[in-house]
Amino acid sequence: MIEALQFEFMRNALMAGLLASVVCGVIGTLIVINRLVFLSGGVAHSAYGGIGLAFYFGWPYMVGATLFAFASAMIMAAVALKSKQRADTIVGVMWAMGMATGILLLDMTPGYNVDLMSYLFGSILSVPREELIAMAVLTMVILALIGYYYKDLLVMSYDEEFARVRGIPVKALYFMLIGTVAVTVVIVVQVVGLILVIALLTIPPYIAEKYTKSLLQMMLVSTVLGMIFICGGLWASYVHDLTSGAAVILVAGIGFSLSLLLDRIISIYQRQLWLKSHGSN
Amino acid sequence: MTVPIVEISDMCYSCNGQDILHNINLTLHERDFVAIIGPNGGGKTTLLKLILGILTPTRGTIRINSLEPCSHVTYIGYVPQNVNHNLSFPATALDIVLMGKYEPSRRFQRTNAKQNRREALAVMEKLGIEDCAGCKIATLSGGQRQRVLIARALVSRPQLLVLDEATASIDTKGQSDFYNLLKELNKELTILMVSHDLIMVASYAKSIACLNRRLHYHQSFESSAAVLEAFHSCSVDEMCPVGITGGNR
Repeated sequence: MIEALQFEFMRNALMAGLLASVVCGVIGTLIVINRLVFLSGGVAHSAYGGIGLAFYFGWPYMVGATLFAFASAMIMAAVALKSKQRADTIVGVMWAMGMATGILLLDMTPGYNVDLMSYLFGSILSVPREELIAMAVLTMVILALIGYYYKDLLVMSYDEEFARVRGIPVKALYFMLIGTVAVTVVIVVQVVGLILVIALLTIPPYIAEKYTKSLLQMMLVSTVLGMIFICGGLWASYVHDLTSGAAVILVAGIGFSLSLLLDRIISIYQRQLWLKSHGSN
Repeated sequence: MTVPIVEISDMCYSCNGQDILHNINLTLHERDFVAIIGPNGGGKTTLLKLILGILTPTRGTIRINSLEPCSHVTYIGYVPQNVNHNLSFPATALDIVLMGKYEPSRRFQRTNAKQNRREALAVMEKLGIEDCAGCKIATLSGGQRQRVLIARALVSRPQLLVLDEATASIDTKGQSDFYNLLKELNKELTILMVSHDLIMVASYAKSIACLNRRLHYHQSFESSAAVLEAFHSCSVDEMCPVGITGGNR
């Protein structure tokens, strides 16, 4: 691993991965406890429509993707607030329509086009310096924003109604949360690919949630887990010459299975402890 | 005459063109203990949400300490009906209780964390859940969780305590303990609760509001026999025009 770091692309990949795990650890925790996983998937995929739009009209494509993702996220948030029961259906509709729009617009654009696969899996090994700086700035902004509203988000995530009674501006906060999710997803997707973002947003927080007793702990543990998965995946991809994004996801998947196994062992152990203290027969 | 804490006048709330609540007039004074009873779909929870400022009335006005609802956050403690939401949330019982201490408008003021913890633990002790303080909420039973939510409402030292069927999942002993606690608290604060437990209501509540789209308020009773008498007359639709036992509108 150490000799791999003499290559600049490898250093950049590692930096991008570590930054992504910080952002995804923090935002992913909020996504998991607010049950927004499907919504973030929807935002990420519908952002492809923005990429199509940007290419068709010749805009810089980051702008297209960000605006499109942000707009669709706001619509999804509005629907989610109005009719919680059917929010997932609307997300599904926008998910499909966004992607389809993107593909059709790219079809209609003459000349060379970005292909879908690179959007899905990204290319963590070819992250340029500027994108790395953009990611670092984003990470700072998000950490500052979430830090400022930490308690409000905590109370709202546990019990929205009670938060409203306590005078927390739940609606505004919800839109802010989903807007942050949208911007995060779009920017991190450029770097590490869509599938890796979804994996980093869900797997570390899910594991962390079981072993932690507060939101802050959950954010920290998922960040650390994300970093372990990234390092492990990059190392595996370097040594065995594998696709880096997929290797990271597989390492995370193994971690996920191990945590399930660990749960099982803990519960068996606790059962034996209980039997002992209650005079087993 | 004391100052009214809650003042509702000619209030209507409609949804899909239908009036859920029609021409509600209700005034709560300091140290009132009002129980709201009525059939399912009678609008009990809706009325509580209107008072809490979660919903806004279609017509008429609600005043809490002569202010609009929602601008009065520190006056009301709220205990919801549903205790089983967000079970795997990463927080301990103590954390949940401390949420009741949080005020967004005081974000920049230094709050005394130790003092808050002490107060939270004292309230939890009163409710008999001090042993659960460090447990994750997922490991608590339904009744313990409900008491955690009651503690969360009490810890903010509200003037008005609003409970929505808060005793539904507490065991028998816990219930009578809880009602005795409410009686104790009632010496200092006003209580508004929704309940289906007529016997408990009869022995603890000072007055009763029958709610079935319209509201009929039974002023203070002298004894629990008088309360039961009122229920009886409700069922024969003479004294109480709302007809809480019929369930028809």
